[in-house]
Amino acid sequence: MSTEVQTSAEYIHHHLQNLTYGHLPDGTWGVAHTSEEAKAMGFWALNLDTFFMSLLLGAAFLFLFRMVAKSIVAGTPGGLQNFCEWAIEFVDTSVRGSFSAKNNMIAPLALTIFFWVFSMNLMDLIPIDYVPHLMGALGVPFFKVVPSTDPNATFGMAIGVFLLVLYYSIKMKGLGGFMGELTLQPFGKWGMPINLLLEGVNLIAKPISLALRLFGNMYAGEMIFILIALMGGAWAGFSVGNATLYGSQVLLSLGWAIFHILIVTLQAFIFMTLTVVYLDMAHQEHH
Amino acid sequence: MNINATLLAQTIMFALFVWFCMKFVWTPIIGALEARKKQIADGLADAERAKQDLELASKRSAEILREAKEKAGEIVANGEKRASEIVEEAKGQAKVEGDRIIAGAKAEIDQEVFRAKEQLRTQVSAIALAGAGKILGREIDAKAHNDLLDKLVAEI
Repeated sequence: MSTEVQTSAEYIHHHLQNLTYGHLPDGTWGVAHTSEEAKAMGFWALNLDTFFMSLLLGAAFLFLFRMVAKSIVAGTPGGLQNFCEWAIEFVDTSVRGSFSAKNNMIAPLALTIFFWVFSMNLMDLIPIDYVPHLMGALGVPFFKVVPSTDPNATFGMAIGVFLLVLYYSIKMKGLGGFMGELTLQPFGKWGMPINLLLEGVNLIAKPISLALRLFGNMYAGEMIFILIALMGGAWAGFSVGNATLYGSQVLLSLGWAIFHILIVTLQAFIFMTLTVVYLDMAHQEHH
Repeated sequence: MNINATLLAQTIMFALFVWFCMKFVWTPIIGALEARKKQIADGLADAERAKQDLELASKRSAEILREAKEKAGEIVANGEKRASEIVEEAKGQAKVEGDRIIAGAKAEIDQEVFRAKEQLRTQVSAIALAGAGKILGREIDAKAHNDLLDKLVAEI
């Protein structure tokens, strides 16, 4: 980016562009410096910012809980252990509420998903210009700090869940049972193509809805932060109008951030609960 | 990339946001966590107390049991003692009674013997008198010779 003044469109564009590593048009591998370059890289490119942030946050979660787990005491828990126990109890309760089969992997999975998604969403509460400015000063052209506003991240997780759903469907019902479930209902064996269509859509809808819901909510939230930020960005000398805009920016973004606490938590919770519910359905004979 | 007052606005907003979180988000969470901690601590303390109570109660019950056993032993011993006492007493009484009966019988026998002797003596003196009367050929006035007769009887 040059030092010339950005237009609003450029500003938005800049904020929505991932730091993409891939095959550059000149034939070398590297980081894209414009959106066009990033787009031209096609499928075989990596969003370094998403990659880095999600790994960092995942590792932070693991580190935090591992630390607590190592120094756990049986008596009255201290601060951090108390928090972790509280969180685990919360996840465990909701898993018990919606998962009826027996599988020891579900609760840890739900805990991991909840905290990972939560911490990724939480990055949305960092003022949106902080990280891109900081990275800009370090010479990194783009940086989206919220991995869950990148569909790659949400689809990645959703596909992971989808594979688990397939695995447990086949494990619990056998390949034949699973195929039967896909093809023999709701219309019996003579309606097989229609059944397959309906159940196939039903099956595919799970990961897609999982990924798109999280992505959509976080992307929209991010977008509103950007739009609010533009109000102050329109500063052009001191005037009553500008001052009002400036003040509204502060108040609106504050209000949106406070509201976003709810969305951040809720989306993480929804992602976790739906994962558990889908896996529960995979464990059931009938649905 | 242009740095402008937006950054300042965001900083103000962020400061306000952090303040808001500290006041309205952090406080209830910490409150809930503290309450949880307190509940656990109370629960553990209660459990500890209950354990102590149980220990005390079991100690106390063992003591009561021991006391009861002791008492029962005492009662049994007392009973045995009393029984043997009663037996001894009965034995003593029986002996006394036996002795009394024997003594009575002896006395009766003595009396019988004495009476028989007395009778014998009277009869002997009567016979003697009769004999003497026959020898002397006359009636001996029993009254007149009473002292003589008595003397005779005493001699026999």
